Amino acid sequence: MNRPASGPRSRRSFLTLAACSAVLAGCRGKEGDTGAQAIRLGLFGALSGSEAGLGQYTDMGATLALEEVNAAGGVLGRPLEMVREDNRTTAGESATAVKKLLSRDQVVAVIGDGNSGRCLEAGPLCQAAGLPMVSPAATNPKVTEIGDCIFRVCFTDPFQGAVMARFARETLHLSRVGLLVDASAPYSLGLSSVFRERFAAEGGTVVSEQRFSGGDKDFRAQLTALKSAGIEAVFAPSYYHSGGLILRQARDLGFEGPMLGSDGWEAPELLEVAGRTAEGAYFPVHFSPENTDPLVAGFLGRFRRRFGKPPTGVSALAFDTLQLIADAIRRAGSAEPPAIRAALASTRDFQGVTGRISMDPGRNARKPAVIIGVRDGAFRFLRVVDPGDPGRASS
Amino acid sequence: MTEFLQQVLNGVSLGAIYALIALGYTMVYGVLRFINFAHSDVFMLGAFVGWAAVERLHLPTRSFGGGLAALALAMAVCAILGVVIEKLAYKPLRNRSTLTVLITAIGVSLLIQNVSQNPTIGFGPNPRAFPELFPARQIHLGGLTVSTNQIVVLAVTVVLLAVLYWIVHRTKTGTAMRALSFNATAASLVGINNDRIISFTFALGSALAGAGGVLYATNYPSIDPLMGTLPGLKAFVAAVLGGIGNLPGAALGGLLIGLVETFVSGTRLSTFRDAIAFAILIAILLFRPAGLLGKLKVEKV
Repeated sequence: MNRPASGPRSRRSFLTLAACSAVLAGCRGKEGDTGAQAIRLGLFGALSGSEAGLGQYTDMGATLALEEVNAAGGVLGRPLEMVREDNRTTAGESATAVKKLLSRDQVVAVIGDGNSGRCLEAGPLCQAAGLPMVSPAATNPKVTEIGDCIFRVCFTDPFQGAVMARFARETLHLSRVGLLVDASAPYSLGLSSVFRERFAAEGGTVVSEQRFSGGDKDFRAQLTALKSAGIEAVFAPSYYHSGGLILRQARDLGFEGPMLGSDGWEAPELLEVAGRTAEGAYFPVHFSPENTDPLVAGFLGRFRRRFGKPPTGVSALAFDTLQLIADAIRRAGSAEPPAIRAALASTRDFQGVTGRISMDPGRNARKPAVIIGVRDGAFRFLRVVDPGDPGRASS
Repeated sequence: MTEFLQQVLNGVSLGAIYALIALGYTMVYGVLRFINFAHSDVFMLGAFVGWAAVERLHLPTRSFGGGLAALALAMAVCAILGVVIEKLAYKPLRNRSTLTVLITAIGVSLLIQNVSQNPTIGFGPNPRAFPELFPARQIHLGGLTVSTNQIVVLAVTVVLLAVLYWIVHRTKTGTAMRALSFNATAASLVGINNDRIISFTFALGSALAGAGGVLYATNYPSIDPLMGTLPGLKAFVAAVLGGIGNLPGAALGGLLIGLVETFVSGTRLSTFRDAIAFAILIAILLFRPAGLLGKLKVEKV
């Protein structure tokens, strides 16, 4: 996969040198105001490692938006530049990545990882530095609770858990569900606890809960235990690399009921790994390519032309994230972090490819969710669930 | 009861793969007295050879013939790789201390992992889907569900173990291997070419790891360059549990670790699965350092 490199080495060391001397001279900040110098944004994500797909699709979405903003003349007459840092899907690396973006690259805003755990790691650093961070797809509520500099353009875990609980009760008419939870991911734990609560509130029962650790490949033991507990469906909030294996092993063990997942399942790799066993899987997403909105169709075409493959939901979210930051800089009339932060917080009805986005007081995007089902080896749009749902209230 | 039997089945099919990998660790330990940490990466490469057999050489998928051919190819390629690793990395260190060789083994392991993760010369870091080599079907026996993949794993493992037993106990080369592990100096005095036997041992162990890689990927069809690390460590625990250097011990250890992991995973303690596997390693080292089937040797000075 071709990723544009983040600028020639010599130029970067020159800039570092320049930045250092500016600090020494006591005039830090002046540097950003000169003529057509690029406004620098940072991106940290899992560009390699087990969730490399997530990071690379994020990067592609943001890159497309970056190129389009620059092709249209940039922001405030200045081009945008994006510095990428790879955390290799490894705990501990995101903090290092953000420190680099802060001190070496002096970015004015950060596009966060799509994973909640890694945003929770990096968020406090951005908050302490007063640097706005926008995550495209970190759905854990705790992420934006870090402080007033942390935003997201996606819905939250409680919302997803509530959507799936309602979908399981009202559309699939299920009453006995088993949970399969990744105990090492705040994402999975958060989603399952809300599902448990909402599903019970809607009159269903969570019969049994089994746990695994991230990176596990064998789920047969947990699925056998769930199946013996007499469940009708499994809810397994997880990422696609676990999801694909869970689907396959559940069917291998002869379990025929619906398999419910979360937005982390949305990747072509899920279908590749699970193959025919993905039939009967359902999960909520932020974005459906089957949406007939001309804005969405235009984005799909441009993405496909640029990268030679269709975007995933996280690409669309990352595209909106960068556009939203560019829009905030434009509205603020300044590329200073505090002004960008204030403009992001006052976002109202920003028309993105993932829907109309407004920031609520908790700095979470208010927008619709879509339920996807797997039919004949493809992700199929089922229905839209609006944030007007009571599930929103519990977030 | 059905749940118990199903878990036994799950555990045995996982344990069979650990057993295949553990045999490689134990054989190399038997002849050279060191742990070949690059073994788990040969296991990973085996899975990638199986992938390439379908995606590049276009062997038929979902057929027993194609699947067995991919398995044989992976075993052959891994056998060669094992010999190459031994000749390049370990042979020049033949008479150095075990620690030197051990650290070299870790270096070789990291080298293979990092080269494999490079997108231009290796496979790239992304997990990729492993094709369906064997026709995947479910067979229902009462309340039990057996997948054909699990049967393939068990059948292949039993056949390979039988062949290995035959090689080690019924052939001249096998006798030489046992002689070498018993006493290397005496073996060379009676005319055994130690270097050739060591290479053969690496080839044999790596072929088993390659088969293990393909079988593992068949059951858990998502492969990546770091996939060998954890199964490799578990197999190492299995080899120590059974008694390192002891072939039946490695097979027994693999089965036991597979069963223990599966039973732990099916309970509330599931997230402690790996911790329990490694706790077993510590307990064995403390209370029965020679392993279940090993005999304690007193070092004479």
